[in-house]
Amino acid sequence: MAARDDILAALRRNAPAGPPRPELDGVGARFADPPAQLEQAVTAVGGAFLRVPDLAAADAALRALPIHRDARRIASLVPGVGAPTVDPATVTDPHQLEGLDLVVLRGALAVAENGAVWIEGSSLPHHALVVIPEHVAVVVDAAAIVPDLHAAYAALDLPGRPRWGTFLAGPSKTADIEQSLVIGAHGARSSTLLLVG
Amino acid sequence: MTARAEVSHPEAAARFAADEPRAHWHDQALWFVRVKRDRAAAQIPEWERLRELAQAVKAHAMANLAGYLETFERNAAARGAVVHWARDAEEHNRIVHGLLAERGVTRVVKSKSMLTEECGLNPYLEARGVEVVDTDLGERIVQFRHEPPSHIVLPAIHIKKEEIGELFHEKLGTAAGASDPKYLTEAARGHLRRKFLEAQAGITGVNFAVADTGAVVVCTNEGNADMGTALPPLHIACMGIEKLVPRAADLGVFLRLLARSATGQPVTTYSTHFLGPKPGGELHLVLVDNGRSALLGRDPFRRALSCIRCGACMNTCPVFRRSGGYSYGTTVPGPIGSVLSPAQRDGAHATLPFASTLCGSCADVCPVRIDLHHQLLAWRQVLVRGGHAPAGKTLGLKLTAWVLGSTWRYALAGRLARAAMRLLPAGLMARLAGAWGRQRDLPAPPPESFRDLYRRTHGRP
Repeated sequence: MAARDDILAALRRNAPAGPPRPELDGVGARFADPPAQLEQAVTAVGGAFLRVPDLAAADAALRALPIHRDARRIASLVPGVGAPTVDPATVTDPHQLEGLDLVVLRGALAVAENGAVWIEGSSLPHHALVVIPEHVAVVVDAAAIVPDLHAAYAALDLPGRPRWGTFLAGPSKTADIEQSLVIGAHGARSSTLLLVG
Repeated sequence: MTARAEVSHPEAAARFAADEPRAHWHDQALWFVRVKRDRAAAQIPEWERLRELAQAVKAHAMANLAGYLETFERNAAARGAVVHWARDAEEHNRIVHGLLAERGVTRVVKSKSMLTEECGLNPYLEARGVEVVDTDLGERIVQFRHEPPSHIVLPAIHIKKEEIGELFHEKLGTAAGASDPKYLTEAARGHLRRKFLEAQAGITGVNFAVADTGAVVVCTNEGNADMGTALPPLHIACMGIEKLVPRAADLGVFLRLLARSATGQPVTTYSTHFLGPKPGGELHLVLVDNGRSALLGRDPFRRALSCIRCGACMNTCPVFRRSGGYSYGTTVPGPIGSVLSPAQRDGAHATLPFASTLCGSCADVCPVRIDLHHQLLAWRQVLVRGGHAPAGKTLGLKLTAWVLGSTWRYALAGRLARAAMRLLPAGLMARLAGAWGRQRDLPAPPPESFRDLYRRTHGRP
């Protein structure tokens, strides 16, 4: 590990005096109506938003949408929501998930300020389930809304997390051709948030 | 850092600006992004406080970088990641190629990484029989054209959709003459989906590495980093050692700033936190120095290490917008590139710190408050003292200093200049005024100097 030792020695030799680690106080968004703010944020990032009273209503609302009605291959990580045709837990190679039309994901929390939903890696058998399907729907408890990312990280306790997780905000998108926004780059072409409660 | 040939900024900028409609179009495209950034920033009442915190977190992290890197390494290893260290680009490339070669990998998908651009990883791997497919749409476009990105966030911002249409017609078989961005993006999606499914390994960059968890965070809008790492068993993430933040909690500050500063979005579509390898897979983290530890020892230039690569300074820079990314000839162009690149070695990229009006707009939009225009000025001083300024500029400065150094020389020079402006033809005067006179008319000469005016109205001072 000569490289490691060389780099660390150079960094120690050249380190300037620095400030102590700042406390992250005095920041944080506050919203009078968090679900309304979340809806606005989700819509702004190109997502769809539905508020339903319970899981049964989430299921009914999802089945009525074209992303479910027109889907042939469906996986659901939320029991009782959607009519799954594929059980991803039995899939060993994530390549076999190619061709999924709809995946129903469980969101651990939703960020009102930016419309992002935390997808916990341990809640699904393959990371690919987030990006490989044509469409995703994410079920989140209304009680799991946090105002902003500071609150999100405080709630997540990332050091205790296994393997991976992602903040998912809306559908996959790109503006790499003349700054024209195109929805559906590599990942899901649509992202529907079902807020329950 | 890279093998790219150095560029004289004024010459390259003049070539870019010669196509006036195109230069104007480029300027407008970037200004559009700058305006979106302003709107996004204005929606956060505590924006300035966030910038101060980001600056302070980075200053703290840089002052304690060795310790935080050790903590990061320990935590990442505890989660099953393998940490590699590379002193320079060559070492980085060798490590990445070694990992691929040991596993017989010949097909790789890569998401955006300015570090691998800096190291010249693609040509290195291609020369050794590895197919590397850049999967960010903009990067795939420039890869097809055998060009580097012209902007760190918007790699193909210099290319028109009609040109991309022609390119995709040739490379992907899209309809001749088609230039609709939606249609072209759809074609790229199909093409790259096949590449994702065939890939044996995924390489990504790193937006943030977190010491207290051993996590690396990768942000994309397209989902290409997730696609590229979720399918093949091997994930190699390459990062500069300056990407470190102490705690996961710090990410709240940086993720609130990053996308808003970059594109005006509240957050990227995917902000993925990798904490160890997938089951049955491998995660390798390559930590690269390549001049960063040396830069840490250089005051005031070390502050450039805080950069989070959002590109806001490029979008706002009146020089970048009108001269294009390629006029800098560096992996990272624009104001931040102009302070990073001269640090590579004595006299490197000596024209870049002069590619600025020192208006300070870059420093105003920088989410980590790098004092970019002060750094540009400081670099000019270093370069001029080191004898790296162009001869004409050095001579001009010496002459100016000589004239301004004495009262009578200054008074005489003013008298001569006023006489010359009255007597000589305008075309000749414009040429004498140098670059300034090329696109401007000189003003009418004043009838007398301020000194004469004062003496006339107030008597001898």
